[in-house]
Amino acid sequence: MIKMKSPKALILLILMLAGTSLRSYCETLLNGPMLGEPASSEEIAAWDISVMPGGDGLPGGKGSVAQGRRIYEKQCISCHGPRGQGGNADQLAGAGMGLTSEYPEKTIGSYWPYATTLFDMIRRSMPMTAPGTLSDDEVYAVTAYLLYLNGIIEEDTLLDAEVLSAIKMPNRDGFINVYEETGGN
Amino acid sequence: MQEVAGNGLLDRRLFLKTGFGIGAATLLAPVVMKNLEAAPEAAPVNTASPPWMHTPGAGYSTYGMPSKFEDDVVRFPSANSAIPGNGVSWTPLHLLEGTITPNGLHYERHHNGVPQINPSQHRLLIHGLVKNPSFFSIENLLRYPLRSRICFVECGGNSNAGWNKSPIRSEAGYFHGLVSCSEWTGIPLPVLLDEVKPTKKAHWLIAEGADAFAMQMSIPLEKAMDDAMLALYQNGERIRPENGYPLRLILPGWEGVMNVKWLRRLKLTDCPVMARNETSRYTELLPDGKARMFTMVMQAKSLITSPSANMLLREAGLYQITGLAWSGRGKITRVDVTADGGNTWAEAELQEPVLSKSFTRFRIPWQWNGSPATLQSRATDESGYVQPQRKDLVAERGRHGFFHYNAIVSWQIDEFGSVSHVYDKDEIAESSDPVDIDAGWD
Ligand code: HEC
Repeated sequence: MIKMKSPKALILLILMLAGTSLRSYCETLLNGPMLGEPASSEEIAAWDISVMPGGDGLPGGKGSVAQGRRIYEKQCISCHGPRGQGGNADQLAGAGMGLTSEYPEKTIGSYWPYATTLFDMIRRSMPMTAPGTLSDDEVYAVTAYLLYLNGIIEEDTLLDAEVLSAIKMPNRDGFINVYEETGGN
Repeated sequence: MQEVAGNGLLDRRLFLKTGFGIGAATLLAPVVMKNLEAAPEAAPVNTASPPWMHTPGAGYSTYGMPSKFEDDVVRFPSANSAIPGNGVSWTPLHLLEGTITPNGLHYERHHNGVPQINPSQHRLLIHGLVKNPSFFSIENLLRYPLRSRICFVECGGNSNAGWNKSPIRSEAGYFHGLVSCSEWTGIPLPVLLDEVKPTKKAHWLIAEGADAFAMQMSIPLEKAMDDAMLALYQNGERIRPENGYPLRLILPGWEGVMNVKWLRRLKLTDCPVMARNETSRYTELLPDGKARMFTMVMQAKSLITSPSANMLLREAGLYQITGLAWSGRGKITRVDVTADGGNTWAEAELQEPVLSKSFTRFRIPWQWNGSPATLQSRATDESGYVQPQRKDLVAERGRHGFFHYNAIVSWQIDEFGSVSHVYDKDEIAESSDPVDIDAGWD
């Protein structure tokens, strides 16, 4: 008769006798050594810069179209051109050609489904030469300016989390979710 | 030698048969035209007793490099002149053999350059809809049980010059080479997810990179639990900086951009974040103005890598046609080849092992009689999906989708043996402007 030294070995023997449960027990053994270190909510807040389409993740702060124009003309115009057109980087406004034309123009106003994406993208990636250096107020302001250029908001709008998450972009319903329909095929 | 399809295609098993049965015929190889022009005159040597057998060779090296006579086997970079870190570099598929891409030749697509990350200063955070939000240091991740798998990674924008009205003139790899295949080694993602314990509401993961673009993409939890991996090694060595050192998310068979490099954060959520690169880009505009979104799976594709564009067949005779096929849905089950522009097809030999979501090398012998020929390959995968003709793909998608071009590729050989890229025989070039697609690499 085998002498059971530890309860673990006893459990294993019982599981072996039980047969089917053995596989899941072995899978548990194959799992990692559990070396993750707990992350505090302060740490997570400092790391997390994702802005969800419903507005979750938008920070406090606000900005105006006029402030945004000043920032744009200092920090963005060199690549994106005056009023978001004619630069060597992406056209940001002024789509003359519709999405069904021979040469469609995909811009924020004509193509983007969510305005929150604009805040998220500018805050994390722009300006290309010094990404992540704009303050939250500055990001709200330059987002407001680009939304204004695209005819989405009025020139006197003060943009903050509440105003931004309430915006419905013109092309919101222009997308087919291929993952839901066919698993991404 | 019996033809198995028109214009000289021979039985795929020809080279395997003992006795060969082809008499005195020797196998010929196409040459790359650019090399022919640039070939330096090498001084004649007595190959029976070459000089390098009479002087000691070079000493040891800490990290080996290719022969200096192979210095044309390089990636082809193409970046935005104002932002050198925004662009791509293509793998020279037409100059490589086998199925594994050497690490230094793996294709690149970065949005704002390659960060140089000290692994001791990098951590992965997993948080959001989880019971135990946690940090993982690279040192700790290296202590988890590792697994390896071979798979391709392909940029969603690979081959996009195919949408152009007239056929692009580049070499095969510099047109289709935003795809590479490696053996990746790392931690199956379910192991770490099991440790942080996602809540019932979690359906997506937002993956974020530690580059100057802070690349962000949404991944369905279902895929993460299926075959996702946190890769630390590529082809046996730690991942190269341009491929995501020290940590890369690998999603076998799915769009390159989702295989987030320099991975720093995974946030579990109930819905996708609608990142810029899953809305404004990496979506495909259709002729009716609607756009396909979350087209994650890279569909079956194949192309002949030799002979291919801008090569030269110097004489009529026996050649081995070879190329690559791959599918994001699983295994390649069959590759057919035609030498007469699609009138008749013959099945090519698939090099073993044929692995799921990996490069599969195909080969077939071909007797070129010296007259014009049009070569094509057509892949079929285990789901039954067949690689489409260009005209069918364009009819279905229009020409402004930019991403996910996987049509059959045609190489035309003229009576002088020079190979060029053409479209299907029943399609005429629609325009003389070769760069008429609606978006550049930015
Ligand atoms: C040094 C050049 C440069 C500067 C300066 C710059 N950008 Fe960009 N921007 C780019 C490039 C290049 C891209 C495309 C990036 C990619 O996807 O690879 C881009 C993309 C964008 C996009 C996404 C466009 C789309 O249709 O998807 C937005 C929005 C944007 N920039 C806003 C800004 C703002 C706001 C500023 C100023 C705060 C700015 N950019 C400064 C180069 C620049």
